[in-house]
Amino acid sequence: MWQQLVEDLAGEDFTVIAVALDSEPGAAEPWIEAASPTYPVLIDRTHVLADLFGIINVPTAVWIDEDERIVRPAEVAGAYESFRHVDADLGRVPDADIDHAKQMRLTYLEAIKDWAARGPESEHALSTAEIRERQASFDPDITEAHARFRLGQHLEAADDPSGARTQFDEASRLHPESWAIWRQTSDKLENGIAAGPAFAARVAALGERRYYPPPEMAGISEAPTTS
Amino acid sequence: MTTIIAATETFDVPNAIAEDDALWMDADDLARVSGYELKPEGFCRDTVCIPVPADRADEFVRGTEPVLTNLAAFWSHLGGPVVRDEAATHWSLGEPPASGALPFGTVDAPDFTLPDATGRLHSLSDYRGQKVLLATWASW
Repeated sequence: MWQQLVEDLAGEDFTVIAVALDSEPGAAEPWIEAASPTYPVLIDRTHVLADLFGIINVPTAVWIDEDERIVRPAEVAGAYESFRHVDADLGRVPDADIDHAKQMRLTYLEAIKDWAARGPESEHALSTAEIRERQASFDPDITEAHARFRLGQHLEAADDPSGARTQFDEASRLHPESWAIWRQTSDKLENGIAAGPAFAARVAALGERRYYPPPEMAGISEAPTTS
Repeated sequence: MTTIIAATETFDVPNAIAEDDALWMDADDLARVSGYELKPEGFCRDTVCIPVPADRADEFVRGTEPVLTNLAAFWSHLGGPVVRDEAATHWSLGEPPASGALPFGTVDAPDFTLPDATGRLHSLSDYRGQKVLLATWASW
């Protein structure tokens, strides 16, 4: 989705920097090859960006201006919870939900283009007060969770899987909102995706809460409006 | 061997002495890991000095030739979490408030440096002058 955006905005001083939060060397490479991007794609093995920008899941986006100031803090970008709307009779997600998700992605991409062209004049560029309100503040538990996540990675590499497990579990307990920590460190299916029964149980436990809360932006809504 | 894991870098400190939740090392090693040098006025980095709390000085500094400093106590004093494995051979430092989440009143994006798949390093600051959409994803 980003390659097309970068091509559309070739005339602007704009780039995407994609970052894979991936602990295992090589896990991200097939994905990078498939996308053959012209923008930089970086690998963040220790999830440093989660610490720096308060990221709890992927995909997220942060908008950063020419002077390295944040314009929009981390928000979900281009993912919607269509998987929740599986219709029992149809046995799949209804077309209205699929169309809605597609429409929301387009709306988000249009917002980025508007900002790329108009900078601070864009209605999607947030004020300092709005950014501060949305930006996660320092939380000692979250910081400790990231320290334990990194410690667990080192113990895993040092052939101490049970020590690593202890640290990963404690990290998830301290920062239960972080899907990035939990999915990175949980059992993967054969295809490398953490989507087994434990994941399904965790999603179910969310109840009404969002897995991908939609970005707070004009024109973006969670579900198709029934008319 | 003691391994100390910071947010973006890992340090081996062969002569560190772990005692329960204390981690003693000479002042040079503490400076290498934390960026703070031990001076008469306290632990100093650039123009900022953090005084050793007078009533708890023996938690932070002990001995002579070499003077030993307790990295764990100092880092906690900065506000950063310190965690370790059971064997006390691996220690991990969480980012203290000022460097982790955004400092009060600013929306400056924190700089970072990460490799691409070929190993080449990129910093956010390399892209100054351009608008950047920082987009995260993962294979999991």
